[in-house]
Amino acid sequence: MSGYRLARGGRIDRNRPVAFRFDGRDYSGFAGDTLASALVAGGVTLLGRSFKYHRPRGLLGMGAEEPNALVTVDRGPARITPNLRATQVALHDGLVASSQNRWPSLKFDVVALNDVFGALFPAGFYNKTFMWPRAAWEALYEPVIRRLAGLGESPVARDPDHYDATYAHCEVLVIGGGIAGIEAALDAAQTGGRVILIDDQDDLGGGALSDAALWPLLTDLKARLAGCANVTVLGRTTAFGYYHQNFIGAVESLTDHLAPAEATGPRERLWRIRAGEVVLAQGAIERPLVFDGNDVPGVMLASAGRTLALRHGVAVGRAVVVMAAHDSGWRDALAMAEAGVTIAAIIDIRDVVPGDLAEAARAAGIAVHTGCAITHVSGRHAVKGVTFAAAGTGPERHIACDAVLMAGGWTPSVHLWSHGKGSLAWSEAWGAYLPGTAIENCRAVGACAGAWSLGSGVITAVLPNRKPVRAQKAFVDFQNDVKARDIHLAVQEGMRSIEHIKRYTTNGMATDQGKTSNLNGLQIASTVLGRPVADIGLTTFRPPYTPQTFGALMGHHKDALFQPVRKSVIDDWATAQGAVFENVSNWRRARYFPRGGETMEAAVLRECAAVRNAVGMFDASTLGKIEVVGPDAAEFLNRMYTNPWKGLQPGRCRYGLLLREDGFIMDDGVSARIADDRFHLTTTTGGAARVLGMMEDYLQTEWSDLDVWLTSTTEQWAVIALQGPMARAVIAPLVEGIDLDGAAFPHMAGREGTIAGVPTRLFRVSFTGELGFEINVPAHEGRKVWDAVHAAGQAHGITAYGTETMHVLRAEKGFIIVGQDTDGTMTPADMGLDWAVGKKKPDFVGKRSLARPDMDAPGRKQFVGLLTEDAGELLEEGAQVVADPDAPIPMPMIGHVTSAYRSAAAGRTIALAVIADGRARIGQTVFIPMPGRVIRAKVTAPMFYDPEGSRLNA
Amino acid sequence: MILIHCPYCEEDRPEVEFTYGGQAHIARPLDPAALDDAEWESFLYIRSNPRGRHAERWRHAHGCARFFNAIRDTVTDRFEVTYKAGEQAPDGAAR
Ligand SMILES: [Zn+2]
Repeated sequence: MSGYRLARGGRIDRNRPVAFRFDGRDYSGFAGDTLASALVAGGVTLLGRSFKYHRPRGLLGMGAEEPNALVTVDRGPARITPNLRATQVALHDGLVASSQNRWPSLKFDVVALNDVFGALFPAGFYNKTFMWPRAAWEALYEPVIRRLAGLGESPVARDPDHYDATYAHCEVLVIGGGIAGIEAALDAAQTGGRVILIDDQDDLGGGALSDAALWPLLTDLKARLAGCANVTVLGRTTAFGYYHQNFIGAVESLTDHLAPAEATGPRERLWRIRAGEVVLAQGAIERPLVFDGNDVPGVMLASAGRTLALRHGVAVGRAVVVMAAHDSGWRDALAMAEAGVTIAAIIDIRDVVPGDLAEAARAAGIAVHTGCAITHVSGRHAVKGVTFAAAGTGPERHIACDAVLMAGGWTPSVHLWSHGKGSLAWSEAWGAYLPGTAIENCRAVGACAGAWSLGSGVITAVLPNRKPVRAQKAFVDFQNDVKARDIHLAVQEGMRSIEHIKRYTTNGMATDQGKTSNLNGLQIASTVLGRPVADIGLTTFRPPYTPQTFGALMGHHKDALFQPVRKSVIDDWATAQGAVFENVSNWRRARYFPRGGETMEAAVLRECAAVRNAVGMFDASTLGKIEVVGPDAAEFLNRMYTNPWKGLQPGRCRYGLLLREDGFIMDDGVSARIADDRFHLTTTTGGAARVLGMMEDYLQTEWSDLDVWLTSTTEQWAVIALQGPMARAVIAPLVEGIDLDGAAFPHMAGREGTIAGVPTRLFRVSFTGELGFEINVPAHEGRKVWDAVHAAGQAHGITAYGTETMHVLRAEKGFIIVGQDTDGTMTPADMGLDWAVGKKKPDFVGKRSLARPDMDAPGRKQFVGLLTEDAGELLEEGAQVVADPDAPIPMPMIGHVTSAYRSAAAGRTIALAVIADGRARIGQTVFIPMPGRVIRAKVTAPMFYDPEGSRLNA
Repeated sequence: MILIHCPYCEEDRPEVEFTYGGQAHIARPLDPAALDDAEWESFLYIRSNPRGRHAERWRHAHGCARFFNAIRDTVTDRFEVTYKAGEQAPDGAAR
């Protein structure tokens, strides 16, 4: 193909030349060009390499359907966008683009050897070949496939652009800005409601932009549109998905069409539009013809040739042959001829074509060959000529040419219609599916509804040829390199449904979603199976209509705005102290407080020792808290938790264990009875919302007779855990109204009074095994009380500690963390928490399930401790435990490590685990296989410090 | 993004405000201990999985926090009706 710029014509601005680069070479086009049209005008034929065979490929289409001309646009470091369709890249000064999937260069591609050995890559190749051995996947197959069969490369640097997002509501949303769409918008505007018109091109008009006869009408319609104050036109905007209840997702391109210096503000904007009515005016896409050599660069759709000539003033070649099965090919040829393009011949598969077209072609001096089909295309990197024959099998004739235009009929674009779950109806006249019945308030107009005449024609599966299909390079899916022979093979090998044929051949599975290949693939399958197309089905269209950037879909939801971060009132203090933080559900929690460059290990050992030997303070504000109030509060808790609650006296606390109805542990926490009708519940940090939701569920739907109110108070209380032998001494001078004496205020008691002048619910509880208090104060006073306790503690060597130390201290005592030591399949008995289950209670959530025989069957995993033989060896959490490390692989696993730490108190490493029949294995040695070695450990009770609990009651 | 009608708020609100609560009209037995294992299994695990109309529970979690019931078509994802907890399912609703 040797395209060139026509002397006149087109909608480009010849007074505004635009300089750009492609594959390192300088080119020039005009304002109004696309990258594709400017390259064709510059004589470029070869635009890319195909995905699988690396075959040389040129332009096929004119818009979103383009499967071949995928380019990478480079807008500077970190602004590299791969896989853009050159037909949809607006030309601007300084544009830098390159072709893809070639090495070392577009013209001399090493991997094109794939094509020479093309017989090695038949349909189902991936399914058949890469089955065994499995290890070869990672080592060999996947890297090789990725290298050979790739699209563009992703940028490696962080995207510096930002992306906007907005919502819109309208009475009528029109998608598609061709004549049909504009007219629908104008009609809708008459009603006075809000109207939005979306179009993906730089200029409204759709197909009419390629038809000079329609330009006056277009000008008039656009002027009327501009006069409607209630119509919003979104140009350069792609509606990519149609969701329930007329909710449409669209991305507006804001700066990609501008020279980098002019590109300010967000790059793209995501529109979420809720519409009363949706009008789809997506138009139709021309269908390629399937014949030997139909992918040689220079073979393209007739509509693309027409658009290049009429809209961009570009001739696709100096001698153009049209291969038609449809009237529109003749009209395109005639329009191009009038625009100054030399049409060498029109070949039509039909014996008879409408008289007016034949007459017009003769009048234009165009050679006409009806009843004929192209049987071969010569040229590898560019078309050099075609061979054709009557009915594909008669004597062959040759025409020298440098471009071939295919007119295989039209496929109405029903993508969004299908996203919206509208039904489709097969139309014999179109040889395509048309919109049937809508589910949403939606209608289709114009060509996508089959309501726009593009002429008539015949639908052919594969053009007739003396050569058998298996000997032809007749492509169906250009982007995924699927040939007619692949579909034949798939059917031969037993595929019957189009969904199977699609997956076996990958037809229609590329980034273009088969916009030019689905119907041809169906037609071929139908012919081979000898069944009507409508019986074979149609593959499902799914969003997005065209690929969209992750940036646009994310919008502002990144970095600090990715997810809300919950911070306690102590967060500022911890930050000032140099705390290292970790995220626990949405909370940001201080993990440890390193001093002078300490490692985490050193800091945690120091913090642990401080709590055991003196006193430590810990921000426990993130604990979930629920205030349970009402005359039936105790009855309600009695039904929810495994424990008995009715006998708990006001002023006392209790460890509560919560099961799901299936009997497995869901959450736990210490709760206090404040009064007869009032409880202060705590939950795990991550479980707060789940627990409240579950309690509300039972209260609202099962026990609505109970008079109980649940209120989340997690954010209302700041909680300071003060733990260690000096804890009482620290708060003694600050507390008023509470007798702190051990006898008056024993372990698991709760009192109300003041601390540092602030009202408090003070609980004597311990998650460390030491004497301890949890100081609950109103959140807004939390920092004040924290500072007061910290100051009062100085004389006693008070040390702030974080979540890591909290974890170690509780593990030394064998206190579980739900979700770490349990995994959703553990019962109270499994975890050694039988004591927390009220045996005499007639019912509680999960009780009936605990009575199932399997729930205390032998072989269940039980919570135990592990001590490695090497006291310095730290096990990995999640590591599998086996009884016999010499057992054949796959080795039977008997459990796994749930927690492992270095313990200052034990003077060695410790671990917790769940192991089958673990309590019966206490004293035995188990094995933890790791890469290259096996670690030996002794099973112990899950208790490594102060087993008598004497320190608790100090 | 579906809009769901909360029968308590009497508003159509976006689905992100709601959480799904499984099949509706399955009452927890008043005396679970009286059930044999098969009956308890049936209550706990056995659910209908219709292609079409389905009576199910929803909670307006980020709104009024109330549980309510709905008839939804599992093919089209359309809500036919929503109604308050404790109210009868409309005539003909799938159970
Ligand atoms: Zn509500």
